[in-house]
Amino acid sequence: MFGAGGGTSSYTEIEETDLIVLWGSNAREAHPIFFHHLIKGLDNGAKMYSVDPRRTSSAKFADVWLGLNVGTDIALSNGIARHIITNGWHNADFIAHATSGFDAYAESVESWTLERTSEVTGVPAVAIAELAEAYATAGTAQILWTLGITEHHNAVDNVLSLCNLALLTGHIGRWGSGLVPLRGQNNVQGGGDMGALPDKLPGFQNVADDEVRGKFEAVYGTDIPAEPGIHLTLMFEAMGEDIRAVYCIGENPADSEADVAHARHRLSQLDLLIVQDIFMTRTAEMADVVFPASIGWAEAEGTVTSSERRVQRVRAAVPPPGEAKDDIEIIASLANRMGANWGSPTAEELWDELRSLSPMHGGMTWERLEAEGGLQWPCPDVDHPGSPFLHGWLWEDDLGGRDPAPFSVVVHEGPKEQLTDEFPIRLTTGRALDSYNTGVQSGGLSSPIRYGDTIDLNPADAQRLGVVDGELVRVSSPRGSVEMSLRVVSDLPEGLAFTTFHFPDLVDINLLTNDAWDPKSGTSEFKAASIRIDKIAGTPAALATNPSE
Amino acid sequence: MADLHFGPDKPTVDEQKAVDRVVDATMGPAVVVEDERMVRGGRTRRNERRHLLLPVLHALQKEAGWISPGGLNYASEQLQVPPAEAYGVATFYEMFRVDDPGHTDDVVHVCVDAACQIADADSVIAALEAQGRHVHRSPCLGQCERPVAQFIQGRAKPDRVDADDHVASVAAVPQAGGAGTASGLLLLRRAGVVDPSSLESYISFGGYKALAAAFRRGPTGVVEEVMTSGLMGRGGAAFPTGVKWRAVAEAAGDAKHVVVNADESEPGTFKDRVLIENDPFAVIEAATIAGFATGATKGWIYIRGEYPLATRRLENAIEAARAGGYLGDKIARSSFSFDLEVRRGAGAYICGEETALFNSLEGYRGEPRQKPPFPTTNGLFDSPTAINNPETLVNVLDIVVDGGDAYARIGTEQSSGTKLFCLSGHVAKPGVYEIEFGSTLGRLIELAGGVTGGDLAAIMLGGAAGSFVGPDALDMPLSFEGARAAGASLGSGVVMLFNDTVDFGPVITRLAEFFRNESCGQCVPCRVGTVRQHEVLVRSGGRPTKGQSELLAEIDLAMKDASICGLGHTAATAVRSAIGIGLVTGGPEGEVDR
Repeated sequence: MFGAGGGTSSYTEIEETDLIVLWGSNAREAHPIFFHHLIKGLDNGAKMYSVDPRRTSSAKFADVWLGLNVGTDIALSNGIARHIITNGWHNADFIAHATSGFDAYAESVESWTLERTSEVTGVPAVAIAELAEAYATAGTAQILWTLGITEHHNAVDNVLSLCNLALLTGHIGRWGSGLVPLRGQNNVQGGGDMGALPDKLPGFQNVADDEVRGKFEAVYGTDIPAEPGIHLTLMFEAMGEDIRAVYCIGENPADSEADVAHARHRLSQLDLLIVQDIFMTRTAEMADVVFPASIGWAEAEGTVTSSERRVQRVRAAVPPPGEAKDDIEIIASLANRMGANWGSPTAEELWDELRSLSPMHGGMTWERLEAEGGLQWPCPDVDHPGSPFLHGWLWEDDLGGRDPAPFSVVVHEGPKEQLTDEFPIRLTTGRALDSYNTGVQSGGLSSPIRYGDTIDLNPADAQRLGVVDGELVRVSSPRGSVEMSLRVVSDLPEGLAFTTFHFPDLVDINLLTNDAWDPKSGTSEFKAASIRIDKIAGTPAALATNPSE
Repeated sequence: MADLHFGPDKPTVDEQKAVDRVVDATMGPAVVVEDERMVRGGRTRRNERRHLLLPVLHALQKEAGWISPGGLNYASEQLQVPPAEAYGVATFYEMFRVDDPGHTDDVVHVCVDAACQIADADSVIAALEAQGRHVHRSPCLGQCERPVAQFIQGRAKPDRVDADDHVASVAAVPQAGGAGTASGLLLLRRAGVVDPSSLESYISFGGYKALAAAFRRGPTGVVEEVMTSGLMGRGGAAFPTGVKWRAVAEAAGDAKHVVVNADESEPGTFKDRVLIENDPFAVIEAATIAGFATGATKGWIYIRGEYPLATRRLENAIEAARAGGYLGDKIARSSFSFDLEVRRGAGAYICGEETALFNSLEGYRGEPRQKPPFPTTNGLFDSPTAINNPETLVNVLDIVVDGGDAYARIGTEQSSGTKLFCLSGHVAKPGVYEIEFGSTLGRLIELAGGVTGGDLAAIMLGGAAGSFVGPDALDMPLSFEGARAAGASLGSGVVMLFNDTVDFGPVITRLAEFFRNESCGQCVPCRVGTVRQHEVLVRSGGRPTKGQSELLAEIDLAMKDASICGLGHTAATAVRSAIGIGLVTGGPEGEVDR
C-alpha cells in the first residue's frame, strides 16, 4: 500500500500492539502460525475486534465480534471514519502533516451515520461506535485482513478503505501500528516482490518506466515490452483466443478458479499447456507437457519472503526424487534449448543479479541472509539493517522528501450478485484449519478434525428449508449446481451459507462461485455468490461425508 | 475462547440456575450475545472469570449433590473453561463428587484422623450407617476438641455442623475470660466476651484502635513495627512477617493482594476456626492493616469448606464492617480503600500450601507452584501478595497499638509473643490455649488438665506433618528454637495426647493413608512415595520390620530431596518418629519385602 505491496509490520509487532482489528480474516484456521503471534499479543493485554460475516474460530478470540453483511466492508469503514471524525478522535496533526485529500474524504463519509451504517452492514450501531473509539484512541493498533477483504469485485477499494482508517488515526509508520494483509502461503509476498505482477518488474518497479526497463534490458540482454501484461482473470478470458499457450508453475487453476467449469473449458482450448508442479494436479492432467518440479522447502536452494517482507534462505535437504528437477534448472534448461545461453546458474548467482536490479533487496547478500536469519525489505545497502516496519517517513519532518499519503474516496457498492427470490441465500467461502486450498497438498493426509466440504447453515434457515444436519441437499447458483451435505452451525447469521473449497474431487464448489472480478486487482468475488438450497426429493438424510475415513 | 469442545450432556434447569446465580451475581458469563451480529467474548473476559470456577462448582455440588456432566458442561461454557480442565478441578476436592450419588440426602462427613480415630470413629460411622445415613469418611474436620467430628454436607441447603448448635464455640476456649493466665490473653482476649456478630461490640472491646494506630504510623511505620516485633508466621513455616510485608510493599505492581490463609487442614489443628468463630472482626481488622502496610487494595479470605459457622460469622462481619465504613472505599474516612472477599475451599489439605491456595482460588487444581518466584512478587493472579495465617494477623493488632518493642519483650528472644496451641486427644480439657513462648510442654498439658484414661504414651506435636514425642519431652520449652533443639516442630500448634492404651499401628497407618490421599500428584517423589509408604505400613500391619523401616527411611529421603512442596518433605516425619521412639514394636525380622 502507498506504493509497495507488502504488510507494513513485523510479526512481533502484533505481540506488542494495544489493539488488534482482524477484518475479513479467519487467521486461526487460515494462518495458524501467525495466529500464535496474535495470541501472544492477547496474552500481553491487547484488545481484539473481529469483523467477519461469520463468528469464526478466530472471532471467538475477540473481545467483540462484529458480524457484517457480506460485501459491506466499505460501508462499515466509512461509518467508523465518520464516527471518529464527528467525535474529533482523528489525528489532526498527522493528517495535516503526512496526508492529502482529507477534506474530500471527510465529505465522502459524512452520510455514513451510525444508523445508516448499521442498516447497511447489519452491525449494531453500538458495536460500530465502540470499534471506532477503540481504534482511534488506542496507543498502537493494527488492522489485519485476508481474503475476506480481497476476494471481492471491489477488492482494491476495500483495502483502500482500511488504509483510510490508518491515515485518519495515524496508526501507520510506527512500531505496533500498521496494516497487515496476511498471506496464504510462505512465499506469496516473494512472488510479488520478484515481479510476478502484470505491470511490475522485480522490486515493484514499473514496467512502463523507460529508465527502469533500460536497467533490466541491459542485464537481461533482451527487450522488455513497455505495456503491462494482463492478470490471471484476463488471461482466462483470453485463453484459446489471443493466448494460445500457457506455462503454469505451481498453481492448480483447474480446481481453484471461480466458475471453474468456465476455467477448465478455457484451458482445454489452448494449443499448448505446460505445467510445472510437484503433484499431478487436475491442471497437470490437462497439460501437454508436465515438468516434475522439486519441493521448495526440502529439495531446492533459494529464498522465500514472508508476509512481514522477510527474505529467508531455504536449503535443499534431500535431492528431488526420480526425474524431478529444481525450478531454476528446469527454466534454464528450457531457455538453453530455445537457443538462449543461460548456462546453469546457481540460486545465489540469480539472487545477486536480482540485488543489482532491485534497490529494496540491494543490501541482502547471501551471507547476511544466512547470518542474520533473514532480512526485511527495504534493505538498500549492505550497511542497512532492514526495515521492521514501513512508512516511518510519514512521521519525518520533511516526509523523507516524498508526497503525502493520499486518502482515497471509496464508495460502497455491495456484492455484484444481488440476492433474488430464486437465489435468496448469500454464499461465502473460506478455509478450515486442517486443509490447504484445493487440497492438493493436504487432501492425501487424514485429519481427526476434518469434516469435509459441507454447506453450513444457521439453524433457523435449516428449519425454514425443512432440512436437517447431515442431510444431502442440492446447492445451486446461477452458474451451476452441486450436491452437498448440510451442516447446521450456530456461528452463522441467518441468510448466510458457508463452505470451504478444500475438496474439489468431492464437491466442485467453484462451480457456484462468482467470477465477477475486480478490474484493479484481477481477483474474483469468491466471497459473495447467491445461491438456493433445495431438499433432494426422496433422499433420506445422509451422514456428512468424511473423506478422512 | 475459541477451540472449546463440549460433550452432549445438558444441565438441568436447576443446575443452570445455580451456575447463573453465581455468575450473574459477579461478572456475568464470559460470552455475551448482545445481538445476532455482536458478541462479546475473548481472552480478557475469560481470564477475569476463571476464579469463579470454584464457587460455581460449589453451587453445582450443592444443587445436585454431585457435579454432573451436564452441569460441568454448562459451567465450562459460561466461564469458557475447557471442560477437561474443569473436570480436573472438580475431581481435585474432597467435597465434590463427579459420580451420581443415587440419592438426594445430605451426606455426613465423619472424621477418621487421629483424634477421632482414637475416639472410635469407626463405631460412630457404623451407627450412622445403621440409621441409614450416607457417610463419607473424611480427613480431619478441624473439630478435634469434640471428637468424633462430623460435618453435614447439605443437599440443596446449607452445610452444617450439628455440634455448633449444641455447644457454644467458646467452649473450645477453656481460658475464655482470661482463666489460667498470668499476663492476660492477647489473641483470645475477646473470646467469649465480645459478641462475634456485632461491630459495635467489637469496637467497645477495643476494636479498630489498631487500624487508627496504623493510619497514624503510616504504611512504612507499620512494616517497621512488625519487623521490630520479631513476629513469625503461625501457619507452620515461621517466616518473619515483617520481611514478607516489606517485600510486598516494595514489589513493583499496582494490583497487590492480601490473602488470609484460613484453609486450616493440618490434622489436629482448629485454632483458626475457633479464633474466627469467636472474634471474626479481629481477623478482618488485621487483614485491613496488612493491606494498608503492603499497598494492597484487595483481600481474600480462603477458608476451609468444612467450617460453616466460621464462614457465616466471617461473612456477616465483613458485611457489618463494610456497612460501618471499615471496608470498601476510603476506609474510616481515610484515603485508603480495601475490601475483602471470602472464598470457600472444598476439602484439600494441600490448599493450605500458599501457592496451591493461589491456584485453587484462581480456579485451577490446587497444585503448588515452583518457588521462586515467591508470593511476595508473583502471588495471587501473579501479583505481589501478602499471605498470612489468621493467628499471625491477629498478633499485628497489638504490635501496631503498643509498638514492636513492647511485643518483642513477650516470649523468648527468638520467639516473640504468644502462641495458640490446639490440645486434643486423651486430655482432660481439650481446646485452644494461648501461652507465652518459652513455657514448657508439660506446663501446657497441666493447664489442660493432664492426660486421661491412662498414662501418657506419646504426644503428636505440630500435626500430621509434625512428629511424635514421648513423655520425656515434657520439659521441652515451647518455642521455635526449643522445638528445633528437640528435633521437633511446633508446626501449626497441634498438641495431641495419646495414652498408653493406644495401638499406634493403625494410627500411623492412617497417617500414611492421609498423605497418600492428600498428595496432589503433581510431582513424582510425593505421588509415588506417599503410596509406597502407605503400602509398607498396610503390609506390615503398622509394625514395620527393621528392613521395612529402612525402606521407609529411603522413601522419606527421596520425598525430602525431590518434592516440590512441604507435603512431600514432611509426609514421613510423623510415621518415622513414631517408629523411632518405639511406639510401634517391630514385626518379625525377615527378608526386606520391597
